[in-house]
Amino acid sequence: MSQTLNASTLLAVPLAPLVGSVLAGILGTQLGGNWIGRRLSHTFTILGVLVAFIISAMTLKSVAMDGARFNETIYEWMVVGGLKMEIGFMVDGLTAMMMCVVTFVSLMVHIYTIGYMEEDEGYNRFFAYISLFTFSMLMLVMSNNLLQLFFGWEAVGLVSYLLIGFWFNKPTAIFANMKAFLVNRVGDFGFILGIGLIAAYAGTLNYTEVFAKATELGAIEFPWYILGQDAMLITVICICLFIGAMGKSAQFPLHVWLPDSMEGPTPISALIHAATMVTAGIFMVARMSPLFELSDTALSFIMVIGAITALFMGFLGIIQNDIKRVVAYSTLSQLGYMTVALGASAYSVAVFHLMTHAFFKALLFLGAGSVIIGMHHNQDIRWMGGVRKYMPITWITSLLGSLALIGTPLFAGFYSKDSIIEAVHESHLWGAGFANFAVLAGVFVTAFYSFRMYFLVFHGKERYDQNPDAHHDDHGHHGHDDHHEPHESPWVVTVPLVLLAIPSVVIGYLTIQPMLYGDFFKDAIFVDATKHHVMVELAAAFHGPLAMAAHAFSTLPFWLALAGVATAYYMYMVNPAVPAAIKRAVQPIYTLLENKYYLDWFNENVLARGARMLGVGLWKGGDQAVIDGTLVNGSWKVVGWVAGVVRWFQSGYLYHYALAMILGIVVLMTYFVTWPMLAQWLGR
Amino acid sequence: MTLTLGHYLTLGAALFAIAVVGIFLNRKNLIVLLMAIELMLLAVNLNFVAFSHYLGDMHGQVFVFFILTVAAAESAIGLAILVLLFRNKSSINVDELNTLKG
Repeated sequence: MSQTLNASTLLAVPLAPLVGSVLAGILGTQLGGNWIGRRLSHTFTILGVLVAFIISAMTLKSVAMDGARFNETIYEWMVVGGLKMEIGFMVDGLTAMMMCVVTFVSLMVHIYTIGYMEEDEGYNRFFAYISLFTFSMLMLVMSNNLLQLFFGWEAVGLVSYLLIGFWFNKPTAIFANMKAFLVNRVGDFGFILGIGLIAAYAGTLNYTEVFAKATELGAIEFPWYILGQDAMLITVICICLFIGAMGKSAQFPLHVWLPDSMEGPTPISALIHAATMVTAGIFMVARMSPLFELSDTALSFIMVIGAITALFMGFLGIIQNDIKRVVAYSTLSQLGYMTVALGASAYSVAVFHLMTHAFFKALLFLGAGSVIIGMHHNQDIRWMGGVRKYMPITWITSLLGSLALIGTPLFAGFYSKDSIIEAVHESHLWGAGFANFAVLAGVFVTAFYSFRMYFLVFHGKERYDQNPDAHHDDHGHHGHDDHHEPHESPWVVTVPLVLLAIPSVVIGYLTIQPMLYGDFFKDAIFVDATKHHVMVELAAAFHGPLAMAAHAFSTLPFWLALAGVATAYYMYMVNPAVPAAIKRAVQPIYTLLENKYYLDWFNENVLARGARMLGVGLWKGGDQAVIDGTLVNGSWKVVGWVAGVVRWFQSGYLYHYALAMILGIVVLMTYFVTWPMLAQWLGR
Repeated sequence: MTLTLGHYLTLGAALFAIAVVGIFLNRKNLIVLLMAIELMLLAVNLNFVAFSHYLGDMHGQVFVFFILTVAAAESAIGLAILVLLFRNKSSINVDELNTLKG
């Protein structure tokens, strides 16, 4: 293990964005009296992220080329009963890759924000938030222990909350950020239970030490029955941890917050809700692979949840009309793909897809944002069309992003997605059959909704002046009310698009060999090859990226994707009457999709209302009736009643007291006089 | 007919009963109440003297002196209270004196 990495350089990676965030957040806002203006704010934060990105890239280079590793505790926060709580970094292939993805996308988003938030009053605040997010996310991925992971986990959740509700005057945004926060609490509850179980049974939070005890943990039986059955401790731990991942990575049924999070500004949708934060769950499961490998039950669970998310969230993308929501559902579906790969023990494939997805989905989101700027903040794709002419760069980059998303051979998404499909195909875990069907059907669905959006936005007739409720929203862009023609976005917007488009196209081709079949992840991700042979079989079938692309033309996913594109072309370009006819024909299904499987309804009316009813019941029944009514008020009422009765004897008249005395004497005397006689008589 | 212990005890009991009834029946005058209490004590004294005589034990008569002393003191205090009561309430009617209740 060569030591070319040192602690202070690594420390600079998360701290540089933090410094930028603090400068912009304190000096650039009312908090510090608006000392620095917009230009300085974005300069500081971009510099911070740039420094982080450069060091990350250097780290990646030394990790990949020189095999450098780093795993040290930097600071000991506290020790509680032998349980050490530390801050430390662990840098291996997985971490280095994540660091680069996070800082690169973050850098792109920072630059893009200059254009997107140009006219927003919260400009500096926004920069402070996204830099803070970058810091949190880096702390999360670089951690060498579960506590710091949890810190980063919660911190990104916090920043996500702040940014979804960035436009805090919009009631929908406030609702959405509260929803995101609450749904994430459900997941985090599972996550912290999992961490607690690990701490309780392994006695440590450090990754290396936990993994060293993994086999030991795998042999322990859980002390309680679950659903009336014996359970292994490791299964419970893994499922608890995965519930955390379900919340953060928006897996069914905890996905409901992600579509609503689109209320936030588009740059953060790209950064947080597509590229980085939502993949934290995937990263965490991959990081914890030595534990997950021990529990087939947990892996099956993961696979089924992922399959449900991959397919059913894709369906929802088909009927959405908000450009950002289409991309959001696509993100959900792609996260489902990653989860399926995790379930199939193909952790490296999941992380690979995580990386390619981060690029092309950030690209798609930023492209969507660019269209939104061009359309003067209209987000409804029904009132777009023909944008291609006006926004050529956005058009080309979005096309590349969409092609990558649907898995066109040679594009980044193709390598990762095809590998996932292959991996699921090879898996023999319980639920693999369903997962296989779901990911295959998902390919068609993905292609269909991606190109539905693409055709509706960039091709066809120009419909942007027919919008019945064309309104100029309340956050800026009043400057060009007078003309409705779309216009290409400024260079700060298009440059990130181009820079993201490049990896979206080539990164898969370049990195599939080392990441999936090389030893890039060899000490970061553990796969028990005797039990889970998926990666072995994948490696056996792999003959280089070019051969894989050539082979793709004879496989089902490619034709499914092509069919999806063709269907979208036919329905939205050739014969636009078809979608309406289909919609009429399958009205009940459409209604079901329109209402997102009634999950929001269920959450609001069953879970939320049920919880409220339970709360009201406990409040009225438990607190007010039993505690206040019976115990507190009841005791004084009893005392009062007894006193009321007793008081009746206290008439205040002397002769009553005298009578009581005399009666008492009579009773006592009768007792003393008659009792010996009675006893004698009885004893006789 | 010779006087026996029984006669004295009967007289004592009768006096005591009269005193008790006096306490209950009297609703008008606090002085009568004090007198009834005196009568009760005298009934007890009579018992003491009778027993002392018939049992030939002088201790009983010693106690009579004690009781007489206490009774005198008690009457003095009772009358003093009575005077104060009358000053404050302008009445010694027992039915109106019910301020002893809690």
